[in-house]
Amino acid sequence: MPRLRGLPLMLYIIFLMLPIYWLLNMSFKTTNEILGGFSLWPHEFTLDNYREIFTDPTWYSGYINSITYVVMNTVISITVALPAAYAFSRYRFIGDKHLFFWLLSNRMAPPAVFALPFFQLYSAVGLFDTPFAVALAHCLFNIPLAVWILEGFMSGVPRELDETAYVDGYSFPRFFFKIFIPNISSGIGVAAFFCFMFSWVELLLAKTLTAVEAKPIAATMTRTASTSGYELGLLAAAGALTIIPGAIVIYFVRNYIAKGFALGRV
Amino acid sequence: MAVRTTNQKAWLFVLPVFLLVAFNALIPLMTVVNYSVQETFGDNVFFWEGLRWYQQVLHSERFHDALLRQLAFSFIILAIEVPLGIYIALRMPRRGPWVSVCLVLMALPLLIPWNVVGAMWNIFALPDIGLLGRAINGLGIDYNYTQEPLAAWFTVVLMDVWHWTSLVALLCYAGLCAIPDAYYQAAKIDGARPWAVFRYIQLPKLKRVLTIAILLRFMDSFMIYTEVVTLTGGGPGNATTFLSIDLVKIALGQFDLGPAAAMSLIYFLITLLVCWVFYTLMMRNEAD
Amino acid sequence: MARIGLRQLRHSYLPNPKSEADWALKQIDIDWSNGGAYALLGPSGCGKTTLLNLISGLLQPTEGRILFDDVDVTAMPPDQRNIAQVFQFPVVYDTMTVYENLAFPLRNRGVADEEIDARVREIAEMLDLTATLERRAAGLTADGKQKISLGRGLVRPDVNVIMFDEPLTVIDPHLKWLLRSKLKELHQKVRTTMIYVTHDQTEALTFADQVVVMQEGVVVQVGTPVELFERPQHTFVGHFIGSPGMNLLPAELREGAAWFDGQRIDTARAPGTAEPGAKIEIGVRPEFISLDDSGVPAEIVKVSDAGRYRIVETRCGATRVNLLVGEGIPVPADHAFLRFDPDHTQVYADGWIVN
Repeated sequence: MPRLRGLPLMLYIIFLMLPIYWLLNMSFKTTNEILGGFSLWPHEFTLDNYREIFTDPTWYSGYINSITYVVMNTVISITVALPAAYAFSRYRFIGDKHLFFWLLSNRMAPPAVFALPFFQLYSAVGLFDTPFAVALAHCLFNIPLAVWILEGFMSGVPRELDETAYVDGYSFPRFFFKIFIPNISSGIGVAAFFCFMFSWVELLLAKTLTAVEAKPIAATMTRTASTSGYELGLLAAAGALTIIPGAIVIYFVRNYIAKGFALGRV
Repeated sequence: MAVRTTNQKAWLFVLPVFLLVAFNALIPLMTVVNYSVQETFGDNVFFWEGLRWYQQVLHSERFHDALLRQLAFSFIILAIEVPLGIYIALRMPRRGPWVSVCLVLMALPLLIPWNVVGAMWNIFALPDIGLLGRAINGLGIDYNYTQEPLAAWFTVVLMDVWHWTSLVALLCYAGLCAIPDAYYQAAKIDGARPWAVFRYIQLPKLKRVLTIAILLRFMDSFMIYTEVVTLTGGGPGNATTFLSIDLVKIALGQFDLGPAAAMSLIYFLITLLVCWVFYTLMMRNEAD
Repeated sequence: MARIGLRQLRHSYLPNPKSEADWALKQIDIDWSNGGAYALLGPSGCGKTTLLNLISGLLQPTEGRILFDDVDVTAMPPDQRNIAQVFQFPVVYDTMTVYENLAFPLRNRGVADEEIDARVREIAEMLDLTATLERRAAGLTADGKQKISLGRGLVRPDVNVIMFDEPLTVIDPHLKWLLRSKLKELHQKVRTTMIYVTHDQTEALTFADQVVVMQEGVVVQVGTPVELFERPQHTFVGHFIGSPGMNLLPAELREGAAWFDGQRIDTARAPGTAEPGAKIEIGVRPEFISLDDSGVPAEIVKVSDAGRYRIVETRCGATRVNLLVGEGIPVPADHAFLRFDPDHTQVYADGWIVN
């Protein structure tokens, strides 16, 4: 029975892995073999596609650009969301409910709506085609999410903790950094995971706000698909490489996933 | 929730968030509102149009069709991903070495850039050299997602299920892990069958995470753009042209800024309304 | 209702227990008669919850057998054992009403509707839940929820034993007392075998006819509350039960008697001889020590008032000795002599009582 019980899960995971396998399969094939027809594994195994990506600066700088703005965005989002989430979980103030819903509503704005105005806005302030532009633009949907998740975790921490610390003579900043933040570290982990995830996978805004200097890797890929014909092997290799940062991040937060996701308050 | 005290200084804590989001949200929003009531022929010359674009969009058959497709798509993927996600979460191991393996493998699709997802499925589903396309055709079913609307829909839905079911499953899994063992033990002692355990223990305890999951999945599926554009480009014909795709076509393709802006705002309001209604319903249910 | 027999029961959470320390339960042999009220008492981690879960069938023992009325139930799953359990944290089915909660175990067993209705109303009446029957169970307070958990056990007429796993942990202090006496009253009414697990001696001693004291996976004593108090079989029982616990004085055996600090101490039984090298102690409860004109010399360290009596902390050489002194009896300022009541003074060798 236990083997039969695990079967649906195994089928599901196989289903998840198949397209990824196919991408890897393609990435190790020569263009000739791809165009030559259908094959389940590469008969003429080659690393040429990967070699080209690692030697051509227009390719590998895409990775550096992407990681730069994703990390910047995660840091900014968490830094500003922490005090705000604390305020929402601990204090009542004029307009708190409206502000909270307004923040969340930005999560519901289709990026397509903002593409053109963003382009004009960031051109006007002179940030166009820098990683800053993308990092700031992604704050639109990542800050509300981070505030939402962190607020849930903070509400789970009893107020007595704050009060005890003040009685013990802690100043607010010392309390916040020494006691409070360690208490919600798993919440910060989960929030950072989501910020990283949504910033890393988003393309529409990232593409709109960059041209040459700060072009993200995912945008570089669209160029390949459209201009230089059908270089499927190269496209597959570049795609396969974009999976790696995500996989590394998941590996680090895997222990938070099960415990942390349930604690966020609706 | 902890008891909160009134303190207006809390605004100082919220200020950085407010400024950053306002910069990103209000200025572009004002720009969009501005476009939506004017007509331009380029060269920064604008003419006041009032609500004409709104009327035009609301009465346009093209908008109705795209909206209908969008709603149908969100409905279908919610109907598949939510039950499937719950089912997968129920089947996941609670402890042991396989937990980490499952979590990592399942979370993988979530962290792949959206256009790579589209490109990956593009290759995967190609009727001649794609594994999926080849397999379906091998079963004797005529399948070519670049030419038949039904096949295109099937592929887009399957891609979204592949991409996002894990999010629902992981949220539910976290919810399931938070149920104390005593509940299962009590159910065992009370002689509850597996269905009763699910209906009376697991499902009620999953309500909170399911609300998050459904809201996130609705918002993101309702705004889906990149994956579908990369996979089908909205075709064949307009078969998979959802609202967001249509919007970009109008705004950037035809440069009809006025109608595009009006459409954006209507689109935004619909999303907001559905989320608000759903959230209110769930919360009212909670209060009972 | 049933007699319960535990035969050479051993349990380990490890797949291959090797050393003695790997066993959560080292060896348990107990017989409980039908309709009794029993308590399992011991500090956290002593194995009492493990034992409870073995009886309910939530755990399978590594070795040994469990008998209900001479029927071996060791391999049976919990629902076939006809047992009920009340957990530390209240378990109620949130979406159901109180009525549906109580009816749930019967519905799962296919009992006819009229019979369910009669049973539920009877039990609700017994537990003072009649007024809340139609309310959602999620809205009740912790003590109400614990009553529902108990009720789900009581509704089943065929239930063999009801088990309680620290059921008062989350109950407000002023309600604890109420719920405890309610339990006692219910037991006298329904006469179902009940087993109550706790680390709180007051709960155990007030609830049970017979208390099983456990420590590190071993049963150290089974007895009535009076026996545990007057004649602890083990020094652990002596200092775990009672407040303050039993005094233990290092001693030696000479000439057929126990000697402390060069003084011969009269004890309940002549200690005879013990294994050479064994650690000998004299145990006497604070209740059985009095101030006297002669006896064991002691220095008074501290006197604290506990209402009807005072707790006097003294030092005899290097050993601390507590005693209780009633109201109106003067306590000297510095030096005093202590007298131990010989009938309640025991000798222990390596922790176990010497007969």
